[in-house]
Amino acid sequence: MADLSKKDALVQYAAQIGDNGLIIGHRMSEWCFRAPTIEMEMALMNSALDLIGQARELYSYAATAQGEGKTEDDFAYLRDEQDFRNALLTEVPNGDWGDTIVRLFLMSVYNKLFFSALADSKDAELAAIGAKSLKEVTYHLRFSSEWMIRLGDGTSESHNRVQKSVDNLWVYTGELFTMTDAENLLLKDGISVDVAALKADWNQNIAQVFEQATLTVPADGWAQLGGKADGVHTEHFGYIIADMQYMQRRYPGCEW
Amino acid sequence: MYGDTSIQKPIEIAEPTSEEQARLEVIFQQKIDDNIKIEPQEWMPDAYRKTLVRQMSQHAHSEVIGMQPEGNWITRAPSLRRKVILLAKIQDEGGHGLYIYSSAETLGTSRAEMIEQLQTGKAKYSSIFNYPALSWADMGTIGWLVDGAAITNQVALSRCSYGPYSRAMIRICKEESFHQRQGYELLLTLSRGSDEQKELLQESVNRFWWPSLMMFGPNDSDSPHSAQSMKWKIKRKSNDQLRQEFVDATVPQADFLGITLPDPDLKWNEESGHYDYGEIDWEEFGNVIHGNGPCNKQRIANHIKAHEDGAWVREAAAAYAEKQQNKQVA
Amino acid sequence: MTEEKEWPLWEVFIRSKAGLDHKHCGSVHASDAEMAMESARDVYTRRSEGISIWVVPSNAITASKPEDKESLFEPADDKIYRHPTFYDIPQGAGKM
Repeated sequence: MADLSKKDALVQYAAQIGDNGLIIGHRMSEWCFRAPTIEMEMALMNSALDLIGQARELYSYAATAQGEGKTEDDFAYLRDEQDFRNALLTEVPNGDWGDTIVRLFLMSVYNKLFFSALADSKDAELAAIGAKSLKEVTYHLRFSSEWMIRLGDGTSESHNRVQKSVDNLWVYTGELFTMTDAENLLLKDGISVDVAALKADWNQNIAQVFEQATLTVPADGWAQLGGKADGVHTEHFGYIIADMQYMQRRYPGCEW
Repeated sequence: MYGDTSIQKPIEIAEPTSEEQARLEVIFQQKIDDNIKIEPQEWMPDAYRKTLVRQMSQHAHSEVIGMQPEGNWITRAPSLRRKVILLAKIQDEGGHGLYIYSSAETLGTSRAEMIEQLQTGKAKYSSIFNYPALSWADMGTIGWLVDGAAITNQVALSRCSYGPYSRAMIRICKEESFHQRQGYELLLTLSRGSDEQKELLQESVNRFWWPSLMMFGPNDSDSPHSAQSMKWKIKRKSNDQLRQEFVDATVPQADFLGITLPDPDLKWNEESGHYDYGEIDWEEFGNVIHGNGPCNKQRIANHIKAHEDGAWVREAAAAYAEKQQNKQVA
Repeated sequence: MTEEKEWPLWEVFIRSKAGLDHKHCGSVHASDAEMAMESARDVYTRRSEGISIWVVPSNAITASKPEDKESLFEPADDKIYRHPTFYDIPQGAGKM
């Protein structure tokens, strides 16, 4: 990895941010016709559209930076499991409404800090994507924070359920703040975001909402890593890829 | 004085005498004849209200159940562009369901009641959604034929005599024009693609053509409620008229795609200036309506499951809101 | 579980662009005002139809009764002197 070029690092970096959007967007889209009310279904599908939209822009930029004539779809449909560098938190199954809200909330707190910082990137394209995405994730954060509070401070059943979701998903949050080689390399030029430095703010934002939601913040313990740094995913990920890439694998080289 | 007149529920008026009733009905029909829209709290015959609630809830349910066959393909869409188009389209359907539920609620029936009627089988939805979406080409065919048929219907309904329904239809028609176009564009891409893609296209149209024609309902001669609905201007065109409009518009589009519509009797009739088409299999239609379509049970089971899985969530939000209100009072 | 009570109904009003009034466009069910606002946004502004939203609990709206129409509105019909066209101004007086 010592001889990772700046160009390769940039391609990896843009694709990796895109992977987070595509995979969590994929999970959100699975809520179609399954939400507690139609209004909530509309809300989740809007978020899915935002997140998949972010992935498209980032993949297109990665393809341009790579300069091999590839497109956004090459990144989504023709890479293998190990090539995806999304955080594991984005890929675990939806579970119930509580699990989905907790995941969206944890991720949105992160995304808001991340895209605010990316908006200041020295790379103009990434900065523009950061600024646009920031507006979207700010809304996701508002939506999911309110739901955290409603569920946490709703009935005893909802409180217990959502606390359990938090406890189950917490193990995946540490990975968000680890730095890959590409991130470290690009950080020197002020292109990438120093995600390790976002952790303190993230903790604080989480704690604020949890307090209102009467939820307990789990202690930081073991952090499950793998997706972001090495493309080593959970067992669930293979099914996402099998589903998503089915058409492109079955009918290679077609226009759709 | 005015306090009892929330817009949420129809106003209660004392049971009119039969003489008064007759007088009100004359005034009501006069308004309809003069093309004056009927608005929520105005007097209307019970049967008019019931017909509207039945038709509107059925329409709303169709939008919502209609999300399922397409929802089946979101995660498998073959390009990111197609994926976001499909997501946005399905989301529109949910939105359209909501617009119509919202209009129907102005007639004094809550959404909860309508949903219960759907889940217990008392309310129907369009039988087309009891057919499965089996291939990616179906995403195009549903847009082109199913939405095409729905739009034909809805354009007519946007002139319906009930104000809220008519306004919802105008909004829906405006939004839905993209639905049919995206479907046709998807099919065009297949028609210009590999042999396998062309096969996908033809096979899908073979399955959806007849069920799409059935969407307009029974022949006029067998349509019991039609005459009254036309008189009330809830319906503006008859089933057969609309079906003919749809066929006439669709056949040239099929030619352009280079596909064959699965009807040997389909041909241009110089004399009438319309396409003649073959007899619809009304036995199949009846079967699907009465619960024996390929997906009837699955569609309702999914709806019930989502509703039941969400019960604790709806309860939690209500409990939270109540706590907040109590805090404000205290 | 006890019989579930449906979330209340909220009427939605949207200002489509600067300078225009808010206009009624439909309703949503929501457990609280924030949710009503967000649902209104997700349901009624998917195509940039709005720049401002009001949500109002449906049962907080007082509506005039249709049967009062004659007494409420018809008395205004013969006050034609409230309209500018009631007055004849010679052309020579210029634009007014």
